[in-house]
Amino acid sequence: MKKLWKGNEAIAEAAVAAGCRYFFGYPITPQNEIPEYLSWRLPEVGGAFIQAESEVSAINMVYGAAGAGARCMTSSSSPGISLKQEGMSYIAGAELPCVIVNIMRSGPGLGGIQPAQGDYFQATKGGGHGDYHPIVYAPSSIQEFVDITYSAFDVADKYRTPVMIIGDGMLGQMMEPAEIPPMRDLSTLPDKNDWAACGHSDGVPRIINSLRIEPEENEAFNIRLFKKYEEITKNETKCDDYMLDDAEIVFVAYGSVARICKAAVVELRAQGIKAGLIRPITLYPYPTNNIAEAAKKDCVKKFITVELSMGQMVEDVRLSVNGLKPVEFYGRSGGSVMMPGDLVKYVKEGK
Amino acid sequence: MLEAAHGRAPAVASAIRRVVNPENMIFTYQGDGDLASIGMAETVHACMRGENITIIFINNGIYGMTGGQMAPTTMPGEKATTCVYGRDPKVNGNPVRMAEMLATLTGPAYIERVSVYDVPHVNKAKAAIKKAFQMQMEKKGLSFIEVVANCPTNYHMTALESMKFVKEKACEFYPLGVFKDITKEEK
Ligand SMILES: Cc1ncc(C[n+]2csc(CCOP(=O)(O)OP(=O)(O)O)c2C)c(N)n1
Repeated sequence: MKKLWKGNEAIAEAAVAAGCRYFFGYPITPQNEIPEYLSWRLPEVGGAFIQAESEVSAINMVYGAAGAGARCMTSSSSPGISLKQEGMSYIAGAELPCVIVNIMRSGPGLGGIQPAQGDYFQATKGGGHGDYHPIVYAPSSIQEFVDITYSAFDVADKYRTPVMIIGDGMLGQMMEPAEIPPMRDLSTLPDKNDWAACGHSDGVPRIINSLRIEPEENEAFNIRLFKKYEEITKNETKCDDYMLDDAEIVFVAYGSVARICKAAVVELRAQGIKAGLIRPITLYPYPTNNIAEAAKKDCVKKFITVELSMGQMVEDVRLSVNGLKPVEFYGRSGGSVMMPGDLVKYVKEGK
Repeated sequence: MLEAAHGRAPAVASAIRRVVNPENMIFTYQGDGDLASIGMAETVHACMRGENITIIFINNGIYGMTGGQMAPTTMPGEKATTCVYGRDPKVNGNPVRMAEMLATLTGPAYIERVSVYDVPHVNKAKAAIKKAFQMQMEKKGLSFIEVVANCPTNYHMTALESMKFVKEKACEFYPLGVFKDITKEEK
């Protein structure tokens, strides 16, 4: 049954439904409802919540719980996510499954608490040190937040990799009807007995580590990791489009901004301009092929990447289009948000 | 004025101390979440180094700015948005008494806990802060003033009720007084 859910709380309840029983977090606006909700909800279902002393500590709690075989999650907002990068690199290096939510605010530095998408580079290009990527999802509605959170734990377990879900203050704070899927039967969760270090008596040590001091060993690991990313790219890339079939002007946008673009597409079409939208749902792996295919179409005249940043995803759009068509950028940053009318005006007047 | 990242003010101040004239006054102004949670390491290490700075620590027992989450100084039984049934030390851990803890270190020169719930206490707090700055001017080392304060918004109280809470509950759990003073020890 659909109920009215606030974005952050919907993520929290979807995680519980997915079988997540451990959450470690630290207060920061605009994601506070996630730890607040789970602080009472997890004990109700036999799980545990810890308010860590810092984000650094919280991500290392995730490392511990994931390494011991549990479904676990942390959430934060931009400055706090920066502090988690060291831990995320270790999690990637130790191949541990977990979910990390970033309800983005503006930056750099302390910035502000209004919606922004300035963490695209950090999320998709690794963020921490070394050669790795988390899988990155960017839902654009509360229902999609729920569905992606629900499946994110399975994806994380399947590939033993950190999964990141990114939203912004707008999506985290707004309310929409959404349906939470049924509670997972915990006995159906994947068996991690062969690798998780949770106290075994069979004499076979389970070692969770990322120290590979011999260059050959470390390189072999990195090559294997990137083979896994190829597999992930093949199986998990997700993308949506809207009125793309005969579109001449193609917006590319994710998350909350994709909704603003949709409204602009409707308005532009009403004024006789054939606009459409490509909405990446995974930001890593990036739906390069979807964009490349659109670029090949004769009807497509140009792409306009729209972001709440000074221009980050636009680089991946350019790589995907590979010079076939012009790629323009329209962005607002610092917590300012464009209106559909701004995009209509930009398309019609070029500014 | 330099804005520091959440919790890092003592590190920022320690570096400024090495750059500016020794006569320049340096103080940090920090909340309990800031100083005693995320910034605990920076706080303890600045104290261990005995930096010639003043730390003013506003202890209201709650994360005010982020909307009322449990702080490292939230008292047992006290409610917050991340311990809605009240802080249970078995589940949420125990609060920390920073002035007492830091007084065990060799580094700090002067540590006092004050409050501001009425005019006499405001005057005492003023005197303590003045003494802290004087000691800094005399290069006596680190001074740490903990101010037991209120947060009516997140206590869900009127300002007056919150003052009463500070006087009757917080100042009982966090006793006021001088915990370290090398100028007294010298005598
Ligand atoms: C790295 C990081 N994490 C979290 C935050 C969010 N944040 C802002 S202020 C604050 C703490 C508020 O509590 P406190 O330090 O006790 O000060 P008060 O607001 O009560 O005066 C937090 C967690 C942040 N700014 N940076």
